[in-house]
Amino acid sequence: MSSNSSEVSALIRREYEQGFVTDIPTESLPPGLDEQVVRAISAKKSEPDWLLEWRLEAFRYWSQQREPQWAAVHHAPIDYQAISYYSAPKSRPGPKSLDEVDPKLLETYEKLGIPLAEQKMLAGVAVDAVFDSVSVATTFKEKLAEAGVIFSSISEAVREHPELVRQHLGSVVSYRDNFFASLNAAVFSDGTFVYIPKGVRCPMELSTYFRINSANTGQFERTLIVADEASYVSYLEGCTAPMRDENQLHAAVVELVALEDARIKYSTVQNWYPGDEQGRGGIYNFVTKRGECRGARSHISWTQVETGSAITWKYPSCILRGDDSVGEFYSVAVTRGRQQADTGTKMIHMGRNTRSTIVSKGISAGQGSNAYRGLVRMTPKAENARNHTQCDSLLIGDRCAAHTFPYIEVRNPTAKVEHEATTSKIGDDQLFYCRSRGLSEENAVSMIVNGFCKEVFKELPMEFAAEAQKLLSVSLEGAVG
Amino acid sequence: MLKVTDLQVTVDNQPILKGLDLSVGAGEVHAIMGPNGSGKSSLAHVLAGREGYQVTGGEVCFDGQDLLALDVEERARRGLFLALQYPVELPGVSTMVFLRESLNAVRAQRGEPPLDAAAFIKLLREKARLVELNPELLKRAVNTGFSGGEKKRSEILQMALLEPKLAVLDETDSGLDIDALRIVADGVNALRSPQRSMILVTHYQRLLDYIEPDFVHVLAGGRIVRSGDKSLALELERRGYGWIAGEAAA
Repeated sequence: MSSNSSEVSALIRREYEQGFVTDIPTESLPPGLDEQVVRAISAKKSEPDWLLEWRLEAFRYWSQQREPQWAAVHHAPIDYQAISYYSAPKSRPGPKSLDEVDPKLLETYEKLGIPLAEQKMLAGVAVDAVFDSVSVATTFKEKLAEAGVIFSSISEAVREHPELVRQHLGSVVSYRDNFFASLNAAVFSDGTFVYIPKGVRCPMELSTYFRINSANTGQFERTLIVADEASYVSYLEGCTAPMRDENQLHAAVVELVALEDARIKYSTVQNWYPGDEQGRGGIYNFVTKRGECRGARSHISWTQVETGSAITWKYPSCILRGDDSVGEFYSVAVTRGRQQADTGTKMIHMGRNTRSTIVSKGISAGQGSNAYRGLVRMTPKAENARNHTQCDSLLIGDRCAAHTFPYIEVRNPTAKVEHEATTSKIGDDQLFYCRSRGLSEENAVSMIVNGFCKEVFKELPMEFAAEAQKLLSVSLEGAVG
Repeated sequence: MLKVTDLQVTVDNQPILKGLDLSVGAGEVHAIMGPNGSGKSSLAHVLAGREGYQVTGGEVCFDGQDLLALDVEERARRGLFLALQYPVELPGVSTMVFLRESLNAVRAQRGEPPLDAAAFIKLLREKARLVELNPELLKRAVNTGFSGGEKKRSEILQMALLEPKLAVLDETDSGLDIDALRIVADGVNALRSPQRSMILVTHYQRLLDYIEPDFVHVLAGGRIVRSGDKSLALELERRGYGWIAGEAAA
């Protein structure tokens, strides 16, 4: 309201609480990318030949590709030779127990609210902690192993369960999928692997916490989750990074495989450093996420709360191959300051009676730009397939932007597709009404925004719904100028 | 309680209030009547602190404080309540949460501890009975999907909950059928107390059949042109506003 710009920028500066740097000796590859770098990454991990070959094929393919230009985002060209593709804290590779983990790393995660030490672990949530290019700790592994659940870093899974990894890696997102997926396949350094055996309901929430720490480093992790027949897993990822003036690239790939009657619930709370109010610095979050409902009656549900990153470019998607399979996408994306987001989903209906639901809530404040881009495709075999899409945008202030790009392709006459979209603005009359009841303006905005996002928040695991709400109110502090 | 002296207000450089004087003592009920466009609703909004009104002169003293120096929320926390003619919908915002946050903001200003959920719900049910508001409505989003009458009753419920020192009711009677009007009026009457002052802004005398004011003022051309007791309202009902406007112009 009458808050002057210096107060507002003070609030914005105060907002990003995870912007600290951990001072820890690291082992990094020099900036640059060629076949030698790909070989070096593979060698550091003592990978089998098939994986090195796969990386090299991906690298050769990537070298011939150009960066995609179709997203509604703007940024200076990325110099792929200026990025270091591997950085890891100097310590024994793949620590076996938490006692061997550098205390500075434990301290870092504790500061981020993710205690890894045995006595402080979050009850009911197992965590894989990824720091720059490597996984530094995974909690509750033994307890999960009792249920037959494999939860480990992907590097470890390549060593311990090569047949499972080889069978599924790249089966949902091929290395030829897109520019960033090819790059990731060539240089991915770590990530999380999950396997839930037949008929097992994973006894706790699984989560990965991604942290970028080193400067001039990209993070290229790969997550692979396989849910065998009639199993269930709920998985959550969180992300933060220090405040730096340069942009950093995060190009991850997530693949989900759900076999017959399996269910995967994947939630993201993304809070990468968004850059400062002039648009300096921040993470470029260019991520490919896709799940395949391979078996009949399988179910994949994506929930994302995207509040960070200078640029977000991601479309968590579902391939509904199995008959009667279900895909869901629930998203809240917030852009403020100079943040840009181009996000949405793809629902590819291939099986009969497949159903999908899309609920997207975009919030733009400051000079933020927010685009929803979604594809619903009904293939000729998708008899009686259904989709419902609801796409709402909320504008705060008059310098922000919201765009909607829905693509609908229907090749089966029995399919039903519904698309609803609204754009609204937090009205002066709404703010006045709240304030005339004694509420502060910030409290009023946060209440209205949380009301707007309610449908998505209720899909988050309970432990994280409160965190997401808090994150949203912090993120919008000072957004009303 | 409230003393307005020579208040001058413009909207987009158009003078709306041109030297208005009004004095409301503790426990008094004042009705402000007047033709359309006379500035009645503007007065209500200026008192609550709504933006878009420029105060170009005069003073408003509320409970010993300079009211015009306070932000909207500060005024509310210090005991000023405005019941809106058109209550605003807040989709997705739970009525319960909204009312509780609001009450706790006012309580904090009074130096009282916040009410916990159980105590709050008990209090809310009690107050809802006062305005005969279906408690199921409180589970919905604020004013969303409420009928016109339900919105007005919800405003009175909020007033009952926040226990203001001064309540300004802006055309609370507009759009109400006779039964709804009686319910709203009963709620208002139940809240009359020696500590609570009220200003009823209304176009019609009808409301005053149910809520008996201590004073009636006629606002015309941005000024109070005549003040009296309840009989003034009856005279207006009989003769219309024309004769007063004519006198004021003369």
